[in-house]
Amino acid sequence: MSAAVGYAAVAGQVVVVGAGAPLLTGWMRQVRARLEGRAGAGVLQPWRDTRKLLRKEPVTPVGTGPAFRAAPALLVATTVVAAALVPLLSTDTPVSSHADLIVVVSLIALGTLALALAGLDTGTAFGGMGASREMTVAALVEPTILLSVFALSIPAGTTNIPAIVTGAVHEPARLTSPAGLLATAALAVAVLAETGRIPVDNPSTHLELTMIHEAMVLEYAGPDLALVELGSQLRLTLLLGLLSSLFVPWGIATSASWAGLAVALVLFAAKLVLLGAVLAAAEVFWAKVRLFRVPELLAGSFLLAVLAVASSYFLSGAS
Amino acid sequence: MGLLRKIRTTGRVAEPAPPRPEAEQPLAAGELRGSVQVRCVDAGSCNGCEIEIAAAFNPLYDAERYGARLVASPRHADVALVTGPVTRNMAEPLRRTVAAMGEPKLVVAVGDCAIDCGEFAGGYGVEGAVADVLPVDLAVPGCPPEPDQIVAALRRVTGR
Repeated sequence: MSAAVGYAAVAGQVVVVGAGAPLLTGWMRQVRARLEGRAGAGVLQPWRDTRKLLRKEPVTPVGTGPAFRAAPALLVATTVVAAALVPLLSTDTPVSSHADLIVVVSLIALGTLALALAGLDTGTAFGGMGASREMTVAALVEPTILLSVFALSIPAGTTNIPAIVTGAVHEPARLTSPAGLLATAALAVAVLAETGRIPVDNPSTHLELTMIHEAMVLEYAGPDLALVELGSQLRLTLLLGLLSSLFVPWGIATSASWAGLAVALVLFAAKLVLLGAVLAAAEVFWAKVRLFRVPELLAGSFLLAVLAVASSYFLSGAS
Repeated sequence: MGLLRKIRTTGRVAEPAPPRPEAEQPLAAGELRGSVQVRCVDAGSCNGCEIEIAAAFNPLYDAERYGARLVASPRHADVALVTGPVTRNMAEPLRRTVAAMGEPKLVVAVGDCAIDCGEFAGGYGVEGAVADVLPVDLAVPGCPPEPDQIVAALRRVTGR
């Protein structure tokens, strides 16, 4: 019985992230369009785009190798595995003992690396430029994600994410401690950078010179492009879900029950809708920062993460 | 906070959607079903048409609500929006751009110059109209065409 609920939770996480990711992107574009006074293309537009791209003719540019062809599948696969591991709906799943923080961050980094290699593989000027920028950002972001979750793992005494989330549900004071708040701020900036949102990267830019993520995928067409776009939508959903799991863990099922799972599903969707609307609204008010100032921003968020770890260590006492 | 007040007082500026254009959908556009990525190619235009295309995607006309979106790469695009008479220097880049697009693809000629060279017919640097270089699926006449007409042409492609 409980195993069935656990497997249902894992399947539910993958399906919700997979089906919800294009909807979340559509929702964020719609919120943004409304704030700009537009009518907007509707929440379903990313699904229409994906459907159309899957039917288009696949194009493989001359001179590209295995890195270019494998990257879209690898990007989606790593994100789906990470979505199965991270406790988005339930902390009590058959895979929760493997849901280590370092594994999840490595999976995300593997997807980033695959895409950067694909960008280099095309041999175009913009592909290489985008890859180099992406790796610069990634080198600053991954340590921040690791450190800010380490700050939360010190009171829990483990780097297992479900254990951290369960601990936070039972002891909410951990989240309002200075360490919790600093880690929230650090991780929020890191998530923005990792998913290529304003102020680090502009997902809807047409200017090649300002691109980071987009510059790497300029050569993809048809079904490959559909996978790449789905992959980046999945990553946005996954990282926003991770953020909400770590810092607003209420509602996540901590025991194997169908009712708990249903509540978790509804609350997870509500959290993502809210988080997406806040992010989209914030993007209307922000401008993209200059590329040379991105490291300053990310170093700032890294500093917050270091402070979070330090305060978590010293304020939690000798325990 | 000034921006917040501006957003609140301005509200929605997008004009109510005009009725769907009567004209038939071009054949290749049938498979796109409400999602069209557009790549603009300036083959030698005076930039009048570019200003009108930019206006077609502004909040007032909001071509994006019909599922059209401007993209940065011809590989991502379904529609090449070509403006201006094709100059000698731009003929080959234009052919390559359209060749880089995956099927199904459409070429839309925007403005009188793209259709029959307009003002610039017979100029020493002009190779010809867009139709002399590439098969054209749809033409938007006008010098420059109004954003309404560009949006109507894009709606014929998206079918929305």
